[in-house]
Amino acid sequence: MTADQEQREQEVLRRIERTRGRPARLRDERITMAHGAGGKATQTLVEAVFLTAFHNPVLARLEDQAVCEAGGARLAFTTDAYVVSPLFFPGGDIGDLAVNGTVNDLAMAGARPLHLSAGFILEEGFPVADLTRIAASMAKAAAVAGVQVVTGDTKVVERGKADGCYLTTAGVGVVEHRFELGAARARPGDAVLVSGPIGEHGTTVLLARGELGIESDLESDTAPLAGPVAALLGACGEGVRCLRDATRGGVATVLNEIARASGVAVVLDEGAVPVRAQVRGAAEILGIDPLYIACEGRMVVVVDAARAEAALDALHAHPLGREAALIGHVVADPAPLVLCRTEFGGTRIVDVLVGDPLPRIC
Amino acid sequence: MRYVDEYRDAGKARALAAEIAALCEPDRTYTFMEVCGGHTHTIYKHGIEDHLPDTVHLVHGPGCPVCVIPMGRIDDAVHIALRPDVIMTTFGDMMRVPGGDASFLDAKAAGADIRMVYSPLDALRIARANPDRRVVFMAIGFETTAPSTAVTVLRAAAEGLDNFSVFCNHVTIIPAIKAILDSPDQRLDGFLGPGHVSTVIGCRPYEFIAALHGKPLVVAGFEPLDILQSVHLLLRQLAERRAAVENQYGRVVPWDGNPKALGALSRVMELRPHFEWRGLGFISHSALRLKDEYAAYDAERLFEVPGIRVADPKACQCGEVLKGVLKPWQCKVFGTACTPETPIGTCMVSSEGACAAYYNFGRFTRAAVREATRS
Repeated sequence: MTADQEQREQEVLRRIERTRGRPARLRDERITMAHGAGGKATQTLVEAVFLTAFHNPVLARLEDQAVCEAGGARLAFTTDAYVVSPLFFPGGDIGDLAVNGTVNDLAMAGARPLHLSAGFILEEGFPVADLTRIAASMAKAAAVAGVQVVTGDTKVVERGKADGCYLTTAGVGVVEHRFELGAARARPGDAVLVSGPIGEHGTTVLLARGELGIESDLESDTAPLAGPVAALLGACGEGVRCLRDATRGGVATVLNEIARASGVAVVLDEGAVPVRAQVRGAAEILGIDPLYIACEGRMVVVVDAARAEAALDALHAHPLGREAALIGHVVADPAPLVLCRTEFGGTRIVDVLVGDPLPRIC
Repeated sequence: MRYVDEYRDAGKARALAAEIAALCEPDRTYTFMEVCGGHTHTIYKHGIEDHLPDTVHLVHGPGCPVCVIPMGRIDDAVHIALRPDVIMTTFGDMMRVPGGDASFLDAKAAGADIRMVYSPLDALRIARANPDRRVVFMAIGFETTAPSTAVTVLRAAAEGLDNFSVFCNHVTIIPAIKAILDSPDQRLDGFLGPGHVSTVIGCRPYEFIAALHGKPLVVAGFEPLDILQSVHLLLRQLAERRAAVENQYGRVVPWDGNPKALGALSRVMELRPHFEWRGLGFISHSALRLKDEYAAYDAERLFEVPGIRVADPKACQCGEVLKGVLKPWQCKVFGTACTPETPIGTCMVSSEGACAAYYNFGRFTRAAVREATRS
């Protein structure tokens, strides 16, 4: 390439960088399904609409929960909405999902979850027996997680206005440690762990819809993670930099958020990422990558490399972390990329998706 | 996983990579086009280029079926989908492809009933379950998916289903390869032939590429070792100064294709006089439509389709990028009018397209990526 050409290429690259640096602009006139998928479209929506409207320093951190000081205590506070279809699936239902999801968002701040609220939006005609089953499963999940559902609300909408039952939960917990945890805390050299095999919840729900004609004995991984988090913090203390549950968008999206917030790069070892054969098989057939499939009881842990062994030991000793694995490490450059060393011996860039991973035709 | 892991063995890959390096002549570069989007995906997913010498370049060809559909056809389909009596059914990866006006995802948000299916037979099932609605299948793809559309039409006809139709956008691979070969400025040394298409059409249709254009073509499978081995076969032909059609994907591709699938195709479909390709313009005899006998299943005839034509902007140089003549950044609209959010040409539509990949990651050289992943 001539010097002139090289200069022109650099100009084009600078122009792209300037465009990227500008605040997110929402071009869509309507909400599409992509805006709910946790990828780039969600990110743009949150930044362009909600951050603009509510701007404050706590929200701007864009963590899974807010940590606020109140009366001398540090409280973690979060809310989440649940619209899963089908409502009942192998290994769980919308009820335990709604408890565990909110408990986990609190746990990712290292908080001890205390109280939940529950809001039910019910569709006219919804069977009371199903609602009773959902409530029972919420109660059971709450007991396991050591929280109580202490307040709530019920609304009914006309037939066709909701998919049977939508559920929102909010939760508060108390932060009893003084460690700083957050997506912006990853440092070059840190180790990246995952607390168990990935992609089971998303795959289970996809198969439970029955459209694919694939049968498997997979179950959702939905589980409360406050226990393994307490074990981790007990073993590694401030060596733990960041915790994120890998829900929408999967492990790939979480790692990209961490890389972006910390200004670092993450290098993954594909072969080290635990994925059950059934998830791998379904993902192969559909042409989607397990790294992007949602989990509801798995977390990504970034920890000081010197404490990585201790972190793994602590996770392995807990029933919800028995299959935890070291899957990669943090490096300085080229930030903010997530790179993957493939089992085939190559490398690829693990980008954030725009919307849901869509099955490929070819 | 059986039948998968054995084709992804890193040790075998390293051995093949060494043989590939040994076959490369010093002081020359090699440019091969992988015709099929599925190959592009495999190359990207497994990082195959890391096993190739820097003098071997892989150029992504026109074989991504969702990327080559011109914007006007998507606008036409959206027009049909927005009718209140219609259920539009489509493969998943069509959902986000932008038309001149909107994508299916946008149309769905605007109230259209658009449903994702995994096979045209799923669309038929939806038609049976909704006798008071008109169910349209957005048929896309090369000869790989066209036979299943044909079989579905035959089945609908056998059942006498009168609320099912097909919006046919099937294209054929040979005219697209011809268009690329006929371009005076292409600099390709050979082709990785499309494996899935070849399960249907076989290997014979490619023989002109070797015979008339003197370029080797190797029909390749979709696992990473398939691709590496195919590159090896191409390089060996070049080293031996030969140009032939070879079949690396023999475990799936019969030399003469699949006569049953071809039979169903020719019963139901015929070539259109011409069809527009995003980025490549109009190509004669490059697409399929339903024959007159099956007009009752042809959405183009059942619905008033506006026949919207959105010209690719003149400045769009997708064709040149596809042919490997221009680098993405050299295109006049790259990064200004054409971005991943507002793609104009095929290379920007698919996330694996050359332009989208360059837009997102062009600032990171492969050397930097390799350096970071070395431990």
